[in-house]
Amino acid sequence: MILTAKDISFRYSKKDREILSGFSLEVSQEEVVGLVAPSGFGKTTLCKILAGYQKPDRGEVLLDGKPLSGIKGPCPVQMIWQHPEQSVNPRLRMREVILEGDNIGQDIIKGLGIEEDWMNRYPAELSGGELQRFCIARALGKSTGFLLADEISTMLDLITQSQIWHFLLEETRRRHIGLIAVSHSSALLDEICTRKIELQR
Amino acid sequence: MNQRKKTIIYFTAAVIFLAAVAIGGLFCKEAAQATDFSQKNLLPGLSHPFGTDWLGRDMFVRTIRGLSLSILIGLAAATVSAFAALILGIASATLGKGVDAVITWIIDLVMGIPHILLLLLISVALGKGLTGVVVGVALTHWTSLARVIRGEVMQLRESQYIKIAEKLGHGKLHIAVKHMLPHLVPQFLVGLILLFPHAILHESSITFLGFGLSSEQPAIGIILSESMKYLVTGKWWLALFPGLMLVLTVILFDVAGESLRKLIDPGSAHK
Repeated sequence: MILTAKDISFRYSKKDREILSGFSLEVSQEEVVGLVAPSGFGKTTLCKILAGYQKPDRGEVLLDGKPLSGIKGPCPVQMIWQHPEQSVNPRLRMREVILEGDNIGQDIIKGLGIEEDWMNRYPAELSGGELQRFCIARALGKSTGFLLADEISTMLDLITQSQIWHFLLEETRRRHIGLIAVSHSSALLDEICTRKIELQR
Repeated sequence: MNQRKKTIIYFTAAVIFLAAVAIGGLFCKEAAQATDFSQKNLLPGLSHPFGTDWLGRDMFVRTIRGLSLSILIGLAAATVSAFAALILGIASATLGKGVDAVITWIIDLVMGIPHILLLLLISVALGKGLTGVVVGVALTHWTSLARVIRGEVMQLRESQYIKIAEKLGHGKLHIAVKHMLPHLVPQFLVGLILLFPHAILHESSITFLGFGLSSEQPAIGIILSESMKYLVTGKWWLALFPGLMLVLTVILFDVAGESLRKLIDPGSAHK
């Protein structure tokens, strides 16, 4: 599969400037693409558009030439959000959060260092880093072909960061999942990415 | 003992007491009306814990009977009211801008008229009595809960985890049941229980004012308004004990509602 963004333009309201204008991108499933830009340049907005959470004003997002919005069932382009505490329902136990994903295997849960004891807890009883592992696991369902990681490791300590990125890189390589990573840390992106893109204002 | 166990004990005690009053009252219909002129105007004592009135009726039995009636009326009115709130709240949040505008307007309209006035008008228009009171209370009390539910649904629809669930391929029904219901049920249950004290107080106040239940029924409002005439002659116990019991009932409903909220809210569920 190839994920294509074609001439995407977007603004949040009519009075605002265009945060993205005429942006194009093509990503294959073998790639790890890094996305860098200062704050407020539209990294998260771009991720939301690529994953289908937001409709662009102009342009379109295509998956193998077909519009992404036409796909039924689990979306093959999954996004991991920056704030895990907003991404899980506070009234669901973690076991059910994992069940939301499309057939999440035990190996993924183990690989991310999720402990069995966490499964019976509510999100309020886990730390941000622990929650983020659940969010990553949930996005790695069977049907996932592309993964958008929007600053997923900002709240983690360095050892956990490295553990999670190692797992994520191995998993995406093995299953041929295209990875688009957003981060402020250019050292991290230099390490993991096959190519880097800088957003321009 | 931890907070949770204590809350469970409060909740159970409140529910048991209220249930006992409600059910106990059902069995003393005759006793509440039985007159005994050899026993009239007695001070509270061992054989008559709340004393007797000018017809020799036992005030304890009358109070229990009256509260039982009030609780059952409250139950009926609060249930109708809460379901109206649930349906209108969800409709308002999901059926688009037009429906929302109409329902919000109705909410504002009902809220804009003083409760007790609207209640009196409805009750009198329906010929007073049981139906008048139940319909009156039901029609005036749904608004605040409907607002809460409308707001909750609107907020949920915009929340990140619901949008993520959509992208994970889950249908509308799954999201409504799995994601929205766990947020709405506690709001609804607690809202329902906290409606009771309002319903009971309003029922007794319009009955007290003479626009509610008829005077043959020993409703708490009737007992209180009748006692007023005898208060000046020094028969303080006729109003004091029924009044205290009414306040206690209302407080216990509040305790039950608040404890239930603490028990099912994940923020405090494991304390």
